[in-house]
Amino acid sequence: MKKISKIQPELFEFSFENLKKAEIEINKYPKEKKASAVLALLYLVQEQNNNWIPLAGIKYVAKLLNVPYIKVYEVVTFYSMFNLSPVGKYFVQVCTTTPCMIRGAKKLTDICKKYISKNQNELSENKICSWIEVECLGACVNAPMMQINQDYFEDLDESKTVEIIEKLLKDEFPTPGSATGRKNNSPEKGKTTLIEVKNA
Amino acid sequence: MPKITVNNKEVEFEEGMTVLQACELAGAEIPRFCYHERLSIAGNCRMCLVEMEKSAKPIASCAMPATDGMKIKTNTPFVDKARKGVMEFLLANHPLDCPVCDQGGECDLQDQSLFYGFDNSRYKENKRQVKEKYMGPLIKTQMTRCIHCTRCIRFATEVAGIPELGAIGRGEDTEITTYLEKSMESELSANVIDLCPVGALTSKPYAFEARPWDLKKTETIDVMDAIGSNIRVDTYGWEVKRVLPRVNEDINEEWISDKTRYACDGLLKQRIDSPYIREHGRLQKASWDEALKLLISKLKIYKPEEIAGMVGDLADLEMIYSLKSFFNKSLGSTNLECREDKIYINPKERMNYIFNSSIKGIEESDFILLVGTNPRLEATILNARIRKAYLKNKTKIYSICNPGDLTYPYESVGSSTNVIKEIASGQHEIFKKIKKSKKPIVIIGESALQGNSGAYVFETLKSFLLNNNFIRKDWNTLNILSQNASKVGAIDLGFYSISNKNNFIFFDKLINDDFKFLYLLGADNINFEKKDKFIVYQGSHGDKGAEIADIILPGAAYTEKNGLFINLEGKLQNAYKASYPPGDAREDWIILNDIANMIKKPLGFNNVNKLRELIKKEIQSEKNIDFDHTSQMDFVEKNISINHVDYYYTNVIARSSKVMNECKQLSKKLLFTGIEKAV
Repeated sequence: MKKISKIQPELFEFSFENLKKAEIEINKYPKEKKASAVLALLYLVQEQNNNWIPLAGIKYVAKLLNVPYIKVYEVVTFYSMFNLSPVGKYFVQVCTTTPCMIRGAKKLTDICKKYISKNQNELSENKICSWIEVECLGACVNAPMMQINQDYFEDLDESKTVEIIEKLLKDEFPTPGSATGRKNNSPEKGKTTLIEVKNA
Repeated sequence: MPKITVNNKEVEFEEGMTVLQACELAGAEIPRFCYHERLSIAGNCRMCLVEMEKSAKPIASCAMPATDGMKIKTNTPFVDKARKGVMEFLLANHPLDCPVCDQGGECDLQDQSLFYGFDNSRYKENKRQVKEKYMGPLIKTQMTRCIHCTRCIRFATEVAGIPELGAIGRGEDTEITTYLEKSMESELSANVIDLCPVGALTSKPYAFEARPWDLKKTETIDVMDAIGSNIRVDTYGWEVKRVLPRVNEDINEEWISDKTRYACDGLLKQRIDSPYIREHGRLQKASWDEALKLLISKLKIYKPEEIAGMVGDLADLEMIYSLKSFFNKSLGSTNLECREDKIYINPKERMNYIFNSSIKGIEESDFILLVGTNPRLEATILNARIRKAYLKNKTKIYSICNPGDLTYPYESVGSSTNVIKEIASGQHEIFKKIKKSKKPIVIIGESALQGNSGAYVFETLKSFLLNNNFIRKDWNTLNILSQNASKVGAIDLGFYSISNKNNFIFFDKLINDDFKFLYLLGADNINFEKKDKFIVYQGSHGDKGAEIADIILPGAAYTEKNGLFINLEGKLQNAYKASYPPGDAREDWIILNDIANMIKKPLGFNNVNKLRELIKKEIQSEKNIDFDHTSQMDFVEKNISINHVDYYYTNVIARSSKVMNECKQLSKKLLFTGIEKAV
């Protein structure tokens, strides 16, 4: 069960831009089914509030969609993508499901433990970064991998991971994508088929 | 009708039934946890698996609609194995704490594991840990026992109309809770205890009090409001341990309000267990002999006109009738009153003071107009019916006055008697709407009938409904919402003082100090000054009545005597004795009968059978009431305001109850406005 932060902001309100985005989301659904926009709105809350959702944000979304608080609270606790307590400005999610684990995800978590914080969901010493183990992020072909904020970092090994995390701790955002430089999930040693097709 | 074959037995079923319901028709019992007749279908416990022909996998019978020609088997090894598998998973995380669990002995999981459970566990893993959740002073939680059937969530959202419960987390970590563990703000909240198939939600006041098999169970009637909910009283020796609902489709279905359920600890406190006499301003214990002798000597001093009697809100027909005959026959006085306040009544016809559409009839209605009433607090079970009608038929609900949150949406249409005038003369929008509807319901609350405008409100609305043919044999739109269990019965027995000109003679005389001797029979909700009146209080609890009394006679509470009650629909119901009165206390009609015999003016009955015969005769008899009213009442302009109902404190038993006191403290600020709504 996710921990709810003890320190909570008293008020949460969408910024002007986010309110506009929220309206677009709500208008995607029929009027009496506007509660369907709950996930999109929660993402907006999380984006606006440094990667986590405060209780005031839950209330705010519930009021906006005219549903009881508990219904939004249920959704927030159900999905692992929503954080209920502050996370770092750089939020590292290391995939530890089977394919990544076979390809050495354990080493990645060890590095996180060493460089960021001893336990998951704890801020690093300079309060800028935190990490968490997650289940499959759907990039098994590029295992092992991790997600930092909205971006994927794939085909990692020890040295590359250390490099990335050291950059993060210096408040710099590394270039996302495959560490080996391959495009998407193309074969490791270059194309073997469809060589004649340019964009394949 | 379509047919279904269950275990080679063919049965007809109604369109729209589920496989589970069809199986029950065929007499095959299906185990279940999440399925409940009165709640929506969830289909998440998987205990009701059955075998369906041409299906490789077992199906969840509660969620599968039955179709014509289906072939179902419920007793094959295949089904048994499937159910055993489900049970094993349910028990994987269920603690083995039946010996300390309050649900033990009446637990669905315990019962069903007898048939589908294994004798040992294959799990070596640790069981799940879940923190206890706070859900208010009534519900005790032990969430490790929860099997996530979500019955409580569905009840809160659908029946109670308070969507405050939810399931947070996912998978094994799912937990049932209220939003941030605040207490449930509903007068029906404790019904989740009955719904919970395991011991996750149990009764807090009843915790570790008794085991169900040790209790004596008595099926009886509730008196906390005028609904007359059917209840079962569980007693251990003298003590009433708990009150549970009993199914009655016409009245309370299978719900009861929190007050009905938890005021019972008030039966143990503040009891009057011996007669008392006031000497030099202080109440002294006395014997029955002393008390009755003093009473009789006092009765001789006063003239019949100076003597008056009142019955309280919890009185049964026996009490009312014996006090009435005691006054009429033995004392020659007719100063009797059952009302607590100046509330207009018109006892000419029975339909003038009962709930004519019947509680069940609410479901058929297509238009409801509330006039000066807050049914949520005045008749909680009835309010749940209105909500049911709203959910089922999208019934339009209007209200004169604004009663706050009623758990369903309604439109408030002003609060002045002017609105009623406009409706009657056809100027108001309500007029057209009521005309269009087939089975409208108009519910007039006691607040609307109060004071000098009460007569106008009632007579105008009645003649309006009569003129528009809404008072028919098949449908009667006129409804009065009484608040007291004794009210309809008392009016039926003629326990009131009215005249053509003045509906409130009794109260006027009371204020003018025309009465010198007052007999209060369980009447505690009173507001007058004592001055030099001699007051006799006969009742069960030391409350407002006993405080001002000069003689106190100990009577029995509603669980301690056999009694007849008439509920607000005019339905006669039998209440049975579950316990016995404490100390020297006696049943009330016996006390009155004794006094009458002592002054040599007997009441004409010496046993309860004879008494009941007389009561039934009195109710059925044609009454020649000298009460002639003109339907053209003078218009009185007044703002109708709903009297504040102190829900947890309405009667002596509730006021003596510790649990009710706790609830009151908690809901003090929320009572009038209802819950904070997510708007």
